[in-house]
Amino acid sequence: MSDVPAAAGRAARDTASALDPVTLAVLKGRLEQIADEMDATLFRSAFNPIIAEAHDASHGIYDPGTGDTLIQGKLGLPIFVGAMAFAVKLVIGKLAQSGVAPEDGDVWIFNDPYEGGTHLSDFKLVRPFRYRGDLFCYLASVGHWHDVGGNVPGNYNPSATECYQEGMLIPPVRLFRGGALQQDIVDICLANSRQPKSAYGDLFGQINALDLGVERLTALLDEYGAGTVRRALGELKERAAALMRANIAAVPDGRYSADDWLDNDGIADTPLPIALDIAVSGDRMTLDFSRSADQCAGPVNISRPTAIACCYVALKHVFNDVPANAGCLEPIDFIIPAGSILSAGRPKPVGGYTETILRVIDTVFSALAQAVPDRVNGCAYGTINALSLAGHRRDGSRWVMFSFFGGGHGGHPEGDGLSHGNAPISMATIPPVEILESAYPVMFTRWALRPDSGGPGRHRGGLGAIYELELLEEQADVFLFGERGRYAPPGVLGGDGGATNRFVYQQDDGERSPPMASKMTGISIRRGQRVRIESPGGGGYSPARERSPGAVARDVRLGYVSAGQAREAYGVAVGDSGAVDSAGTDELRAKPAGGAGNRQRG
Amino acid sequence: MEQPRTGWRLGVDVGGTFTDLFFFDVATGACDIAKVPSTPVDQAVGLMEGIARSVDDLGAVVTVVHGTTVGTNALLERKMAPTGIVTTQGFRDVLEMRRRDRPHTWGLWGTYEPVVPRDRRLEVQERTLADGTIHTPVDVAAVRQAARTLAERGAEALAIFFINAYANPANELAALEAVRDIWPNGHIVGSSEILPEIREFERASTTALNAGLQPVVGAYIASLEERLRAGGFAGQLLIVQSNGGVMTVETAKRRPIRTALSGPAAGVIAAGRIARAAGFPNIITGDMGGTSFDVALIVDGESALAAQTTVDFGLVVRSPMIEITTIGAGGGSIAWVDRGGLLQVGPESAGADPGPVCYGLGNDRPTVTDANVVLGRIDAGRPIGGKLDRLDADAARAALASHVGGPLGLDVEAAAEAVIRVANAAMAGAIRLVSIERGHDPAAFALMSFGGGGALHAGALIRDVGLAQALVPRFPGVTSALGCTIADMRHDFVRTLNRPLDAVDLAALDREIVDIAAAGAALLDAAGTRFELQRTLVEFDMSYVGQTHTVAAPLRLDIGKETAGITAAGLRDAFERTYRRLYGRLLEDVPIRVLNLRMAAIGKRPGFDLASLRPEDGLTVDAALTGRRPVRADGEWRDTPIFDRLRLPAGARIAGPAVLEQADTTVFVDPGLQARVDEFGNVVLERVA
Repeated sequence: MSDVPAAAGRAARDTASALDPVTLAVLKGRLEQIADEMDATLFRSAFNPIIAEAHDASHGIYDPGTGDTLIQGKLGLPIFVGAMAFAVKLVIGKLAQSGVAPEDGDVWIFNDPYEGGTHLSDFKLVRPFRYRGDLFCYLASVGHWHDVGGNVPGNYNPSATECYQEGMLIPPVRLFRGGALQQDIVDICLANSRQPKSAYGDLFGQINALDLGVERLTALLDEYGAGTVRRALGELKERAAALMRANIAAVPDGRYSADDWLDNDGIADTPLPIALDIAVSGDRMTLDFSRSADQCAGPVNISRPTAIACCYVALKHVFNDVPANAGCLEPIDFIIPAGSILSAGRPKPVGGYTETILRVIDTVFSALAQAVPDRVNGCAYGTINALSLAGHRRDGSRWVMFSFFGGGHGGHPEGDGLSHGNAPISMATIPPVEILESAYPVMFTRWALRPDSGGPGRHRGGLGAIYELELLEEQADVFLFGERGRYAPPGVLGGDGGATNRFVYQQDDGERSPPMASKMTGISIRRGQRVRIESPGGGGYSPARERSPGAVARDVRLGYVSAGQAREAYGVAVGDSGAVDSAGTDELRAKPAGGAGNRQRG
Repeated sequence: MEQPRTGWRLGVDVGGTFTDLFFFDVATGACDIAKVPSTPVDQAVGLMEGIARSVDDLGAVVTVVHGTTVGTNALLERKMAPTGIVTTQGFRDVLEMRRRDRPHTWGLWGTYEPVVPRDRRLEVQERTLADGTIHTPVDVAAVRQAARTLAERGAEALAIFFINAYANPANELAALEAVRDIWPNGHIVGSSEILPEIREFERASTTALNAGLQPVVGAYIASLEERLRAGGFAGQLLIVQSNGGVMTVETAKRRPIRTALSGPAAGVIAAGRIARAAGFPNIITGDMGGTSFDVALIVDGESALAAQTTVDFGLVVRSPMIEITTIGAGGGSIAWVDRGGLLQVGPESAGADPGPVCYGLGNDRPTVTDANVVLGRIDAGRPIGGKLDRLDADAARAALASHVGGPLGLDVEAAAEAVIRVANAAMAGAIRLVSIERGHDPAAFALMSFGGGGALHAGALIRDVGLAQALVPRFPGVTSALGCTIADMRHDFVRTLNRPLDAVDLAALDREIVDIAAAGAALLDAAGTRFELQRTLVEFDMSYVGQTHTVAAPLRLDIGKETAGITAAGLRDAFERTYRRLYGRLLEDVPIRVLNLRMAAIGKRPGFDLASLRPEDGLTVDAALTGRRPVRADGEWRDTPIFDRLRLPAGARIAGPAVLEQADTTVFVDPGLQARVDEFGNVVLERVA
């Protein structure tokens, strides 16, 4: 390809000073395609469904000096878009500290969550990329492995008090040296996993993705020249920053606050505040989390890099025209005090980071709703409900079913929220019931929408779901890591909150719910016994009393809303025929609204 | 049953704007084309009018092969018949819950309206386990009651979808049997009939959509048949499927979901056949219309098939179809400068109405076509399609100056060239996606460009992607219609095994393959068509145990009446060859899993000699020259010769820059390239040697 005459011409123009906007547009597409292709390669060849189906992985191109994100694939997990830069920065720091040069053919591997972001399940591979001898950039790959050791299969250990209980922790070490695989490192990683085959497959999927990135980037640089591509990367970053500044400038100056809570940390049953004060001044914005809880004993802490990464996700959802690179964060300042639940350090457990970042995102939506009501939506269901069932089959083999579940999205300016969506931090799809049943000894008895779970509003929140399954083997241990068991996903602009999360499991003496509401470890169930998740709906948008009675009657007819909720939350009387009872509705709506509101303890 | 030796074979492709017809005289090899406006309300009207243009006596037509968008449009516009679903207790929301996704990565403003509303999805007691065991027999009385309720609620079609029916369809078949005598029509379908494959949402969606299309597509085909018969047609009507094969009308009425991508599929088939005849077995097809650029890959004459497609968010059709990658870069795609100062083309499109600025129908934002007009590549005095007398080049210039030139600091010509470059880059990206990203070197491929606008960009794409050549067929505007006349008959089958390779019951699998092959042959025999050849393709979806994505591993088998000769070693070899090609490395000591068996029964229909498309003798290059005009390329205006493409002789070589014009397309020969007319009337664009 590189011998195409026109390409040679382009490379020859490499030294020209200004980069024309057309070449920039072309290169943007080419660079994004490289990152997308790295994503797609890993998804297709990964072993564990968390990467293959849930796309809990990401790839990108990073600044050789600062580690800043330059290009990120569109297909990967949104939260990594912000977090990966910190992973690359960690490697750059380690190289500087140890006096090691970033060599071609070296690949660094680690899962340190404190400097590199997220949690131990996420293995990061960082590879320096040299072009004709010069360090051009870093390429990186991150993927969520099925199991990395620790006390709980699948690593969502709700009772961890130190990271050592959550799994192995690998600091940045070289997996490849000068192109040679260090089998010792592979052996250490695999020896610490309950699912070594899966980890092996995922690791090589990540290596393949990096190889592919090197190949494609080399071809692109051959065609356009390193100088042109480097200038394009710099300019794309500057344009993202300019676009974000323009977005912020359109937000009225002022201070906007939101308060939300986590149910508990899984250790002490105490609510943990996540509170945000946004200050907007001109084209800059400060996110101040000083009023949030201190770091806690249980695994809902997150590191500072993770906190910044999830704010980035929230802002990208609101200002979604800004390209995904480090420029987006340039006009944003963060205040996260040391010792905060949002800046935890070793060895505080961080395994449940997903729950905390979802709450941080909710506070961003709730605060910005006051400033830019036409750009924001009600909060989504706000918990991933990591459910793990583990046991042994009759032949003695071990099985672990580990999955995340869905819920409702918030109502928004254009309409009702999406029912049964994926979490704002991810584009994960849920595995099919039939795949789960063919792989594990379980039978689902319900896979249904959850009526009355959408937060009432002029635009209703989407519905959560009810998943109920029955055990077909003798015995299994059940673990759940969830949230929103006590604090509902808030609505915005007067919309009500969605239904809270509910978990029910059968024992010999009947049905029970976990004392920690949304977190549970080591419960044993027997053949024929069931467990059930009832996931939250999304928050409503604008007051429920403003919803048209016809739309409410339709919701009742389709079973999304009960006649009772129609009366109480919406002030709409629906007759037995399914039609709106106008007189009854007038009477109900004449009374002051008594909506469930937000922040109500369930 | 035998096709007569003489008479017309007719291919018809009904698109959104035009109905294209391709006539082929079986006896003489003569061919003819026609293009008439489509009639959206009843596509049969335009179709009959098109036939009447060229054929006086329908009795002389032996076969009509039809690529239809009736099903496609019903899906896109959600105009299916009201449908009811009877399903397993606890699972009525599968269709609405999808796979827990959302429409866009960034921004949480999704909404979703299921095609079957919740009050027309009813549950009954029944349950089959994943291993096929019947846990709870189906309550047939409840099924009948549910069907009655659904009919009362307005359902005209009925889908029965039970969990794990792929593993054992007994409960579903019992339910189907129970409703047959109470349902007011024949529009009843079970998920295990449509798609006996694991994954409940995809199966439920495909089944529900098939049910909802049955009344719509069935009525259309019935009306078309009636009109044809009334006109004296005594031959066979065949319908093109999304997989590029044809099927009988009986099959099409029962399986209308297979027509979801009927029209575009025929175009790819034709492109493949023309290119192979011209000596290009490896091609990438590029179909540029008003709003999109559709790309497909053909390797060694075979088009790649995709297992499923998403018509719209949450509207999934799982059925083998020609894999077509679509990007929003067509002639009507709008060029704009975003708030970050970056030039973008599409995805917003001005479509055909109001269309580009130069149409003068009310759009004032510049499009790709406007840029081509400003650069002189499209003759403003000779618009394609025949709706307008001339194009407003001044308006196009003004729009480009204000929306692109101004914000970027470029003069209007530079702005137009920039728009073309960015559009080409997007198209090049789509081509890379289907070639490089699938492990194919584009240098081994030629681009086959069809659709109205593609030939203006083909030359640039050779350079951008590093393709070997580009081909523009003789009649690019009727490629799909031509494809209809030569497509093979094809029936696809799928069975889920979902077993580790070493646990597969090879004897049972062997029997299953023999049985499916026999069933496929029976279907072909029953079609009443003469085939030159029948063959059966066998492919397995396989992976390493633990992976959830599979690779499609083809397997050559010699299927006899008693045995197909399947072996574990053969399966392993097929998997490893495919896996190595896709991912480079095999994994050691990891067991292999066999998920699905896929088979296709193919009846090769008589082709026709594509040499009949050769330009007539006695033409000369000089006589084909119609004039000269300034055309801009690589930053300068050049005095450029204009040729009447259809009057160029075989063997002609035209050096770029040059413009070749014909009624349905314009070919731009970039500087540095030459256009060669081959023995099949194709224009081959290539680098000057």
